[in-house]
Amino acid sequence: MSLFDWFANRRKSGPISKERQEREIADGLWSKCPSCSVMAYTKDLQANQMVCLECGHHIRIYSNERVQQLVDAGTWKPLDENLRPMDPLKFRDRKSYADRLREMQDKTGLVDAVLTGIGQLEGLPIALGVMDFRFMGGSMGSVVGEKLTRLIERATRERLPVIIVCASGGARMQEGLLSLMQMAKISGALERHREAKLLYVPVLTHPTTGGVIASFAMLGDIILAEPQATVGFAGRRVVEQTLREKLPDDFQTSEYMLKHGFVDAVIPRPQLKKTLAQLIQLHQPYNHAPSHFVHVPDALPLQTMSPD
Amino acid sequence: MTTSDRRPVLLDFEKPLVELEARITQIRELAEENDVDVSEQIWKLEERAAQLRQEIFHSLTPAQQLQVARHPRRPSTLDYIQAISDDWLELHGDRTTGMDDPAIVGGVARLAGRPVMMLGQQKGRDTKDNITRNFGMAHPGGYRKAMRLMEHANRFGMPILTFIDTPAAYPGVEAERLGQGEAIAYNLREMFRLEVPIICTVIGEGGSGGALGIGVGDRLMMFEHSVYCVAPPEACAAIIWRDASKAPQAAEALKLTATDLKHLDIIDQVIPEPLGGAHAHPVKAAESLKQVLLENLSELLQMTHQQRRELRYQKFRNIGVFMEMSA
Repeated sequence: MSLFDWFANRRKSGPISKERQEREIADGLWSKCPSCSVMAYTKDLQANQMVCLECGHHIRIYSNERVQQLVDAGTWKPLDENLRPMDPLKFRDRKSYADRLREMQDKTGLVDAVLTGIGQLEGLPIALGVMDFRFMGGSMGSVVGEKLTRLIERATRERLPVIIVCASGGARMQEGLLSLMQMAKISGALERHREAKLLYVPVLTHPTTGGVIASFAMLGDIILAEPQATVGFAGRRVVEQTLREKLPDDFQTSEYMLKHGFVDAVIPRPQLKKTLAQLIQLHQPYNHAPSHFVHVPDALPLQTMSPD
Repeated sequence: MTTSDRRPVLLDFEKPLVELEARITQIRELAEENDVDVSEQIWKLEERAAQLRQEIFHSLTPAQQLQVARHPRRPSTLDYIQAISDDWLELHGDRTTGMDDPAIVGGVARLAGRPVMMLGQQKGRDTKDNITRNFGMAHPGGYRKAMRLMEHANRFGMPILTFIDTPAAYPGVEAERLGQGEAIAYNLREMFRLEVPIICTVIGEGGSGGALGIGVGDRLMMFEHSVYCVAPPEACAAIIWRDASKAPQAAEALKLTATDLKHLDIIDQVIPEPLGGAHAHPVKAAESLKQVLLENLSELLQMTHQQRRELRYQKFRNIGVFMEMSA
């Protein structure tokens, strides 16, 4: 091979090797914690449910990952996947809402900001809704409202507990008042679920604000939250602008809500599934004389322990 | 109820009309002084003024509607309550937070003889009054007071009439600490449970969750020039355009007028306002409000409480626009 050919080949293979290099990074063998910047082996991080092994920061996860973490393998049955958002106001800012929706759908592979379905959690049947912050900030429009309402109505019919993992900036501006009314619609469905004496547990994750906190996020029989999540009604910037004063550091966090009595417990992600299972079991009708209440004579273990 | 002694508040688009009216008065005075008969000309000019008023108020842009809805002379909740009812007694306090929120008022009264519970957000008339009323922006205590009064009405079988007039629920440290989100959420759910008829009327500005917190009813009405929106247009502009001065565009895009919301099937009825807006003829506006409330109330009172609760549920259940693809 002449030197000239060698250069030509090298030029051809150049971009390929660069691409390969990029893919290696995109594969994400290693991940950097956005909070403490420590690098961690991605598989270790995933095994810890994307909670930083160094600082305990809860890295944002997508709705499908959340479903995998909470629902027993092979039991997830998604519902109402065929609902699609529309642009009833012909809303247009810098871009039209219709274009924005299409872009979001292409980018995220989601159709709107919530997944709903029926599944089992440690063998216990549940109705689960998981919001996805990636899709327009998890904002609540007609599709989010309709899917959650259908989920709750179905849970009421089938006597299932409802769990909703919240992650949302609030109502979706682009659907105007239709979005605001979804708050009432979902709350109405929850009223019927409650009247049927069924359990509803919202899980507040980062961030849960605006119209979501002013409706179903605060209507749980028991309310759980992830550590350090932003949880509040008005955005921090809005409050700061209104009052023109510095706010306390823990203002509008899960811990702040716990301290002021609006959240029952702050549960780290790796313990969430177990805690939910425990809560659901504690709220099932009490069955008299279950097996573990049967009296076992204590003479037996003593005998086996006696030395020969 | 009228405030004619004070200087009128002028909106930009009302200026040509007011100028014309001033000129008519001038001509009339001149004619009287000089003993000239110009009654025919004046009659013509007055007709032109009426025509102009009609043109202006029938073609308001959403941003102008917002100005009318926020007009400082627009009748407030207490104005309407006092104009349409007898035996009004205001009640105070939520019995939990240790204070009374002046941004939400409520109490018992008689409407055409029948005892009712009436409540709503109260804006102030001037700056001092507005500071007391916190510009009609309620704290959690306000929503809890409203709920306490509605529970009371439910126990004694009194229909509930709510009047919505607020830019938003108050965003502040104290409001957050006391659970603004929880207070509104609780009302949304519990209003579905109540057995008595509930009629909600937007009388001025209906802003976001702050409005909805007393806005779940069997019937949802709006005055012709009132507005109802998911977020105040200024906030919406700041969120979407990242520029609060784009509020007029946001007002346009949000579809916040009574006519638009009737088309979207969110509200049940538009209450007509006298020409020139409710602030021009407050007594007339109160009369049409009373008439509409009485008509709707008599329909609702013929239903059983189960029927009303089902109606309320279905009313909100059906709100939303989406596409359902065939599987």
